[in-house]
Amino acid sequence: MKPVTRRRFMAGGVVAGAALAAGCASRGRGNWDFLNDGQAHTLAAICDQIIPADDFPSASQAGAVTYIDRQLARHYRRHREAYRAGLEQAELLSRKLAGVSLPQAPPKGQFDVVTALEKEQPAFFALVRSHTFESFYGNPRHGGNRDAVSWRMLGLDEPPVRGRAQYDFTKGAQS
Amino acid sequence: MKRVNAVVVGSGAAGGIVAKQLAVSGMSVVLFERGKWYTPADCRKDDLRNQRTTVLGNAFGPEDEGNPRVLVDAAGNARVVLPSEGAYQNNAACVGGGTLSYGAQAWRYMPQDFRLKSTYGAPPGSSLEDWPISYDDLEPFYDQAEYEIGVSGDYSPTPFRSPRKRPLPMPPLPANREFEILEPAAKRLGLHPFPLPMLRNSVPYNDRGPCMRCRWCCGFACEVDAKNGSQNTVIPIALGTGNCELRMSSTVKEVLVDDKGRARGVSYFDEGGHLQEQLSDVVVVSACAIESARLLLNSRSRLFPNGLGNRYDQVGRNLQGHHYTGAVGYFDHDTYDDMGPGASIAVMDYNHGTPGLVGGGMLANEFIRLPIHMVDRVPKDTPRWGLAHKQAMRAWHKRSIVIMGPTQQIPTADARVILDPAVKDQWGLPVARIQGNCHPHTFEIGAVQSQRAEAWLKEAGAIFTSRTGGKPATISAGQHQAGTCRMGNDPRSSVVNRNCQLHDVDNVFVIDGSVHVNNGGFNPVLTIMAIAYMASDALVRNWKGTGLRS
Repeated sequence: MKPVTRRRFMAGGVVAGAALAAGCASRGRGNWDFLNDGQAHTLAAICDQIIPADDFPSASQAGAVTYIDRQLARHYRRHREAYRAGLEQAELLSRKLAGVSLPQAPPKGQFDVVTALEKEQPAFFALVRSHTFESFYGNPRHGGNRDAVSWRMLGLDEPPVRGRAQYDFTKGAQS
Repeated sequence: MKRVNAVVVGSGAAGGIVAKQLAVSGMSVVLFERGKWYTPADCRKDDLRNQRTTVLGNAFGPEDEGNPRVLVDAAGNARVVLPSEGAYQNNAACVGGGTLSYGAQAWRYMPQDFRLKSTYGAPPGSSLEDWPISYDDLEPFYDQAEYEIGVSGDYSPTPFRSPRKRPLPMPPLPANREFEILEPAAKRLGLHPFPLPMLRNSVPYNDRGPCMRCRWCCGFACEVDAKNGSQNTVIPIALGTGNCELRMSSTVKEVLVDDKGRARGVSYFDEGGHLQEQLSDVVVVSACAIESARLLLNSRSRLFPNGLGNRYDQVGRNLQGHHYTGAVGYFDHDTYDDMGPGASIAVMDYNHGTPGLVGGGMLANEFIRLPIHMVDRVPKDTPRWGLAHKQAMRAWHKRSIVIMGPTQQIPTADARVILDPAVKDQWGLPVARIQGNCHPHTFEIGAVQSQRAEAWLKEAGAIFTSRTGGKPATISAGQHQAGTCRMGNDPRSSVVNRNCQLHDVDNVFVIDGSVHVNNGGFNPVLTIMAIAYMASDALVRNWKGTGLRS
C-alpha cells in the first residue's frame, strides 16, 4: 500500500482549491505521476461535476485526481491516450461553449460543458465517470476517498468490516 | 525429474480433491499450479482489487501482464481482453483456485438437472443433453464433499431439496436483517425460504474457527480462515501423505503423447521460466473450463493434430456459466446491518416445473454490497452523475436489497473456446479465443426470474424495484465456467466418459467444471467437487500399480 504522503495530500488539495476558485490552468509539470498541471485542473473540474460538493466533499476534494493520476502511471496505463485526447477535447468544448478554460468557467458553464462532453465523447466520459466513482467510493489506500469520507457519508463504519468487532473464536459467530 | 503416477494440472476445487484422493490411495502425484499460495495474512480487504471487483487487478491472479485472451463479440469483432476486465471470464490463478476467494455457496444440483433434455426437450438450436450419470450416482460424493470440505446451512424448510441421507455437517449462521425481512415475505407468497448452504464454518470445524460475519466475503480471501476451499482442506492432507508434491508458479504447456497415442506426462515452464518435462502414468487436467480446453487444444501432435481428445471437434464447445438476473428493491427503512456473509436466504421453488421454461434457477439475496457496487444500482431514474446521484447513494445504500440468482444457461455448440491464431501469452502459447453465446431461451428464463425477484421484494415491503439482468451480448462464463469438455457416452458429441476419462486417450482425465453437461440453476462448485470425488474414486479403483486396468 502506498501511504497518502504529505506531498500527495497537498497536491490533491491544491487542485481541489483551484477547481473551486477557478484558478489558473498552468501547463507546468507539478507533483503528478502522469498528468501535467493543466490536465489535472481540467480533470478536477470534470470529476467535481460527477460528484459535486454538498455537506460532504466533492470528488477532487476527496482525492479523485490523485487516484486517477496514480492509476494512469500504474494499472490504467492503457487509458493514457484516452485521457490525453479526452481532456484536450474537454478544453476545446469549454472554449467553444463557455469561452474560457473549463476550470475557469462558472459552475453552470462547467455543467453545460460536461453535459456536452458526455454526449460528444461518450467513451471518455464513461471512463472518467467510472474512475471518479472508484476514487470516491473505493478504498482510501488508492488515493481517493480521503479519510474514508464517502463511507462516513453513507453511515458505514471505518474500516467497514463489522465482523471484526464481534468476532470471538471461543464462542463462534454472534448476531 | 522422477517419473510419478499422476500429474494433476490445477489446484482448484477439483484438482485439490483429485490430488488428495490419489495421494491418500498411495499414488505418487505432482500437483501443478501456475499461481502462488496465499494465506489468511494475504487477505487485504481492497474493494477495487479482489476477485469480484477487479478494476485495479485480480488479487489472486492472473496478472494482467502476459495473460491475454481474445473475446469475439456478437457482431463478430475480436478484441484482446485482460484478466482484470469482465469480458476475460476469469477465475483465480492460485493454490485453491477459485475456492480461496469464492462466495462459497454449496449447492447440490437437483435430479432434474441431470435429465434436462428428457424432462423438457432440447430447444431448437441448443446443444442441451442429459448427463451420462444420474443424481443418485453423484449423491454419495456430494455427501463426501459436504463433510470433508465443510458445509453449513439447513435444507429442511424446503421440500424441493435434493434427496440426501443426512443433514449438513454444520448449522446455518444466524439470520441477518435481510433474512429477517425476506423470510416472512417469501412464506406469504407460498415459497419455501431457507438458510442457504455455504462452504463456510458456522462453528469450529476441521480445526478452524467459525465465520466472523464480515460483509467482505465473495471475492476476498477469509482473514480468519473460516471459508473452506482446497487450499485449507484437501491440499494440506495431500501434502501430509508424503505422496504429493505441489509445484507452484509452474505453467503446464502441453500434455505429451507417446507414439502409441498414450500420454507420457506434461511439459511445463518452471518457477524460473525453464521448460521442463514431468513424466507420469496418468495426466489429470483440472485447470477450469477455459484453460482445460486450451491445454488440450494446445497439446497437438502427429497422432492428435487438432489437439488431444478433439477427434470430433468437441473440445471447447458448449461453454457455459450463468446468466445472473434479479432485482433491486428500495425500502423506506434501513435494511442493511452490515452482517455477512451477505447471501443468507434462498428459495429453490423456481428451479423446475414452470410451463414453457426449460428449468429456472435459485434466487437468493446478494452477497456483497460495498459502496462501489451501489454506484450503478441506484434507482433507475437517477441521473448517472451529479449531485442527484450522490444524494441517491446516501438515500439508498442502506435501504435496498438485491435478490438475484444463477439462471440456468441453455448451452449451444457455438459458444466455445478455440485457440487464437495470432495472440500468444507470455510463454508463446496461443491464448483462448472465446466466442458465441448461450441459447436465447436463457434470457426468457432470466426475465421471468427477474419478475419473481421483484415480486418477492415488493411483498417484503419494497416501495419500488428495478430489474437486473437483460440480455448480455457475450457469454457469462467467469467463475462459474463449465461445459467445454462435456461428459457423455457418445465420442461424437462429448469429450470424456462418465469417469471423466478422454474417449480418445485412456490415461488422460479432465476433472473440473469442463465436464458439466449443463450447469444447473445453482452455483456449480459443490458439483465440481462431487465429480472430483467420483472420478477419483473410479480412477483409484481402476489403478493397478503401474497403469490403468483396461
